[in-house]
Amino acid sequence: MELFGLYNYWAFAVVLMTGFYAVITKGNLIKKLIGLSIFQSAVFLLYITMDKVDGGTAPIVQKGVTDQVFSNPLPQVLILTAIVVGISTTALGLAIVVRIKESYGTIEEHEIQNLDHYS
Amino acid sequence: MDSAIDVLSWILLTLGGAFVFVGGLGALRLPNFYTRMHAASLTDSMASILILLGIMLQAGWSLAAIKLLAILAFLLLTGPTASYALANSALLSGLKPGNSPADSTEN
Amino acid sequence: MVILFAVFLLTLLVLTAVAIVRTENLFVAVMLTGIFSLLMAANFFVLDAADVALTEAAIGAGITTVLFLGALALTAEHEKSVSAGRWLSMGVVVVTTLILVYATFDKPRLGDPEAPVHLHVAPWYLEETPELIGIPNVVTAILGSFRGYDTLGELFVIFTACIGVLFLLSGPRGQHLPPDDMALSSTAHGLRHHLIPKVVGRLLIPFIVLFGFYVQFHGEYGPGGGFQAGAIVAAGIILYALLEGEAQALKAVPRSVLMGMVIGGAMLYGAVGIAGIALGGNFLDYSVLADNPVKGQQFGILVIELGVGITVCGALLSIFHAFAAREPV
Repeated sequence: MELFGLYNYWAFAVVLMTGFYAVITKGNLIKKLIGLSIFQSAVFLLYITMDKVDGGTAPIVQKGVTDQVFSNPLPQVLILTAIVVGISTTALGLAIVVRIKESYGTIEEHEIQNLDHYS
Repeated sequence: MDSAIDVLSWILLTLGGAFVFVGGLGALRLPNFYTRMHAASLTDSMASILILLGIMLQAGWSLAAIKLLAILAFLLLTGPTASYALANSALLSGLKPGNSPADSTEN
Repeated sequence: MVILFAVFLLTLLVLTAVAIVRTENLFVAVMLTGIFSLLMAANFFVLDAADVALTEAAIGAGITTVLFLGALALTAEHEKSVSAGRWLSMGVVVVTTLILVYATFDKPRLGDPEAPVHLHVAPWYLEETPELIGIPNVVTAILGSFRGYDTLGELFVIFTACIGVLFLLSGPRGQHLPPDDMALSSTAHGLRHHLIPKVVGRLLIPFIVLFGFYVQFHGEYGPGGGFQAGAIVAAGIILYALLEGEAQALKAVPRSVLMGMVIGGAMLYGAVGIAGIALGGNFLDYSVLADNPVKGQQFGILVIELGVGITVCGALLSIFHAFAAREPV
């Protein structure tokens, strides 16, 4: 069915926008970081969806089996890199949030802006 | 003989799925934290045994069956420990078992 | 049949994402993020990406949850709801979703073998890997050899993140905890009065570390490699730190060793590159490392994956200790 062939992309669109909504609407800094990591995961889903081939298996060449159809290995390499970079930025972002809490006493965005304006 | 093993593994898989469903239903519908924990730990122990045994029967005598046995051993070690740790920390932080209205504070 | 399973997993993914955004208790949101990562890993596996599924499960569901919990312990646990501008952002989000869904109608359907992405570079990689490099796992071959520069850059990204976190969180506020100070919170002493997790943890930690080493050295023959192995060994040592207390874990793997691991792995990778130049080839050219070019490629991939594994393990452990050693406000 052709609709099911596109279901991955629709799920990607909904998860992407859910993460984006968390980033722009929520005031709490940790919630924003969680929304950002959901956003990143949705992009990974898009790339890995593009690598599947009908009837293929994981791209590991077995000895002696010659006409096996493999799925595309290239997006997998890109997303491996992207996952590690994602956790690096998340860790750094969390460290910054901890220091903000120690300086301002709060991690709500509007309270931080108020403290900045009135001091 | 082959189809007998097939039928047996399907029975085991269906029973395991039924236990997962019961565990999930209990985790939603039971009244307080400890009873919900009791239902959720059903998934860790009984359902995982049945499902992994069903898959092992499908795999036959191969390296995959030994790996599944190792997975089952690790799941049986860690699942009940996690349930214990959760219930113990709830008890230590003051949540009392029983159905009195004083304890359904932070579910 | 696989389609039905994939549709079910994707629907669960969408529901979990919506639940994460809607809940106001941050602890619940972090736990649901762990479940979200695990569902993502299952999705990746259904889509034939075994390496990526292993990495997402190890790093996403394992390490990220621990880091978020460490940050939560130092900050707040509930968020305050905000009501200004909510309908406007909801409108923007819905309109963008509809535009994206409209754009997906032009995409090739899932699994189409004639899609443009499968026609250019990928068949070349799949054909040439058995001849040029000779290892079964094509993803590791591309990661380690054909695209070695990208992996070098990624290694330095996680190195930089570790240094950044250590700069931010190792200031005079939380650095020198005296190890026998009884006034400290119970996190310094670990789960001392929880006997069952301690016993089970001590049983399991050797197996976790051993599995990490297995994944490291089997990256060429199956799903695996340096990143997953580093995350798994780091998870085992973090489990040790949670059970026995952070001071004990710092005695077992001290900070100097962690620094040595972080720097040593990255320099090992660079050294392989420079050795390529010294032996007559280009930077990161592995064919000159042994007399047979194929053997040289395999040796080169093995050494750089080792460097990657060491650095990732050291970096994740340093970040964890930086969060755990900080005293809460």
